Amino acid sequence: MAPETAQVDIGEYKYGFSSPETPIFKTRAGLDEDVVREISAHKNEPQWMLDFRLKAYATFRRKPMPTWGGDLSGIDFESIFYYLKPTEANARSWDDVPDDIKNTFDRLGIPEAEKKYLAGVGAQYESEVIYHSLQKDLEDKGVIFLDTDQALHKHEDLFREHWATIIPPTDNTFAALNSAVWSGGSFIYVPPGVNVELPLQAYFRINAQNMGQFERTLIIVDEGAYVHYVEGCTAPTYSSDSLHSAVVEIVVKKGGRCRYTTIQNWSNNVYNLVTKRAVAYQDATMEWVDGNLGSKLTMKYPAVILKEPGAHGEVLSIAFAGEGQHQDAGAKITHMAPNTTSVITSKSISRGGGRASYRGLLRVNPGAKGAKSKVVCDALILDEHSRSDTYPYINIGENDVDIGHEATVSKLGEEQLFYLRSRGLSESEAAAMIVAGFVEPITKELPLEYAVEMNRLIQLQMEGSVG
Amino acid sequence: MRPLLRSAFWKGTHVADLVIEGLRAEIDGKEILKGIDLEVSKGEVHAVMGPNGSGKSTLSYVLMGHPSYEVTAGTVTFKGVDLLELEPDERSRLGMFLAFQYPHAVPGVTVSSFLRQAINAHRKGGPDGADNPISAKEFGNKFRAALEMLQVDKSLSSRYLNDGFSGGEKKRLEILQMAMLDPELAILDETDSGLDIDALKIVSQGVNTLAGPELGVLVITHYQRILNYIRPDHVHILMDGRIVRSGGAELALELEQSGYAGVAPQQEV
Repeated sequence: MAPETAQVDIGEYKYGFSSPETPIFKTRAGLDEDVVREISAHKNEPQWMLDFRLKAYATFRRKPMPTWGGDLSGIDFESIFYYLKPTEANARSWDDVPDDIKNTFDRLGIPEAEKKYLAGVGAQYESEVIYHSLQKDLEDKGVIFLDTDQALHKHEDLFREHWATIIPPTDNTFAALNSAVWSGGSFIYVPPGVNVELPLQAYFRINAQNMGQFERTLIIVDEGAYVHYVEGCTAPTYSSDSLHSAVVEIVVKKGGRCRYTTIQNWSNNVYNLVTKRAVAYQDATMEWVDGNLGSKLTMKYPAVILKEPGAHGEVLSIAFAGEGQHQDAGAKITHMAPNTTSVITSKSISRGGGRASYRGLLRVNPGAKGAKSKVVCDALILDEHSRSDTYPYINIGENDVDIGHEATVSKLGEEQLFYLRSRGLSESEAAAMIVAGFVEPITKELPLEYAVEMNRLIQLQMEGSVG
Repeated sequence: MRPLLRSAFWKGTHVADLVIEGLRAEIDGKEILKGIDLEVSKGEVHAVMGPNGSGKSTLSYVLMGHPSYEVTAGTVTFKGVDLLELEPDERSRLGMFLAFQYPHAVPGVTVSSFLRQAINAHRKGGPDGADNPISAKEFGNKFRAALEMLQVDKSLSSRYLNDGFSGGEKKRLEILQMAMLDPELAILDETDSGLDIDALKIVSQGVNTLAGPELGVLVITHYQRILNYIRPDHVHILMDGRIVRSGGAELALELEQSGYAGVAPQQEV
C-alpha cells in the first residue's frame, strides 16, 4: 500500500489530467452549414448522409432550447469545436495508437480491462474512434462491432435501414445537433440467436478544451440474440465548458435482449445532454443501467418503447450530484402493446449543494391491455445544502393495467452514522457505506468489475463530504 | 522484580482501564448526567441499574461519543487516554464497544460485508494506518464461531444489517459484533430489553464466554433479570444522573426486593 500522502488529492476528480492537443484536422470554433459540409466531406460520406446532416442542422437552428430541466444558458455554441480528428489511424492494436493517446487510455485502465473481461473494445478520443477490437470467434459468428463511421461505409444497407428511425433529428434540439455534426460512436449488430457472453465496451474521452463530442451509437440485436454493451466516459477538468451530446438508438428484435450500461464520470465542466431510446419487439427485453456521477449538468432519460406483446423494459439509474452538479436524469417507458411490462428503479444522491432530479414518463397507450409497470424512486440527501426533486409523469390510456409508483426521500441519519462509527468506521467510511447500501439494488446488477468501480467512485465522491 | 512502568505503580495503586470522574453531560441544554464517578477494569463485570430517565442510555452514549450530547464537566480516560477528545470511531478502535439498545438498520449492506469492513477499519487503525485486511479464511473461521456461539443461522451473513430483523435478532447481532471486534471494554445498553427468556440466556452465555481477564463489561439495565445470567462483580444504582449507591452482586437482589425507592431513599441533591 502506498503511503497515504501519495493520495492527498483523494476526493478530487481523478481523471482531470489532459494531454497536449495535436489534431490532424479540426474545424473552426462555432457552427454553420460550412462546418457541417466540412465534417461530411472529410469523412467521405455518401450524399444521403450529407443531406441528412444539413436537414438536421436546419432543424437545430429552428428548434428552441429546452426550458425545463437544467440551466443550459451557459452553453456557448459559437465557442465549441464540433469536430476534431486526433489521429489518422483507427487501430486494431494498442501498439498502433499514438503514444499520447495510448497513455491516456492506459491511465484509464482500458487495455487492461480488455484483456481481463471484455469481448470487444472501442475507444473514442475527441471526435474519432481511435481503437477497435472484437474477439475473433464473435467476428466469425457474424457479430459486427465497428465505429459508426466505418459501419456507414462497410454496411451501408443495414445501417440505413435503422439509422435515425428511433430518434429522428426532429425529436429534440440536441438530437438535431447530434444528427448534424455526429462523429464516432459504436455500431453493433448481433445476428439471430448469438449470445455475446462478455460485455462489449466503448470508452469516450474528451481531451481538448471547448470540445464538443457528438458520438452516435446504433445497436441492432436480432431475434433471440443477446449483448451487453458498456460505456464509460471521462474528460479533463478545464475552466471552460465542454459539451457531450450523444444519440443512442437500439433495436431489440423478437425474443432478443440488450443491456446497456453507462458509467458516466465526466469532469464537472461537461454538459452531458444525451438522447437514448430503444424499441423492443415481441418478448424482447431492453435494460438500461445508467450511472451518472460526473458532469456539470446531465439531462438524460433512457427510453424504451415496448412495441409488441410481451416486451419488457427496465431502467435502473443512479445519479450522484455533488458540488456544482445538477443531475436531471430519469426514464421514459411507452407501453404500446398488450402484456408488456416495465420496471423503473431510480436512486439519487445529492450532497455539497448538488441537485439530483428524477424526471420520468410512463405512458400506456389505449389497447395495451395487461400492461404492468413498477416505478420506484428513492432519493438520499446528504446535507442541508443539497436538493432532490421528483417529476413523475404518468399517462395511462388503458384501464386494464397494473401500475405501481413509490417514492421516498431520506436524509443521511446522524444515528445511523453514529452506529457505524461506533464500530470503528471513520465518518466518511460510514457515510460511503450507507450510500453504497442505498445504491446496492443497482450495483448488484453490474458485472463485478463495474460494481467495484462504481463503489470506488462513490467512495471518492464521499471523501471529505461530511463533517 | 516487576518493572515500574506506569506512574500508578509509583503511587502503589492500580489505575482502572476506564476512569470516569465528575462526568456531567447535557442534551439540548438539559443536564442528564450530574457528576458520575465510576471505574471499570478489564476482567470486571459492572452493572449500572436505574429507573427510566435516570441517565443510563445517556451514560452509554456519552462514553461512546454520541454527537448529540455535550460533556460539560469531568473527565473520562480509557487505558490512560483522554476519551472525550476522541471521535466515536477512534474510541472503537481503542477497544470500546457499545451494544445498542436500538441498533440501526443499514439497507443494502450485508452483515458479512459490514463486519469485514469494521474489522478492517480496526486493523488499519485509522486514516493514516496501512491497509491490512483480514484474510477470507480467518474471517470465515471467526464468523462461524460467533454464529455458533449465539446460535444464529448462517443465512444472517447475507442479510442486510439489521434491516427487517426482529428485536431478538438485532440483540444477538450486537453481541455477535462484539465477538468479532474483540473489545476491551463492552457497554451493554439494555441488551435484555425485547428478549424472551431463551434468547436472553443465549445472549448472556455469549457475553459470559467473551468475558474474561481481557474484557471489562458494563451492563446497563433497568431490570435485575439479565443479572441472573451475567453475574456482576459490582452493582451501581443510577438515579437522576448520579450514582447513589454501589455494592456487590447482592445490591441487585436487594433492589429486586425493595425497588429503586427502597435501595436509595430520599437522595439529597
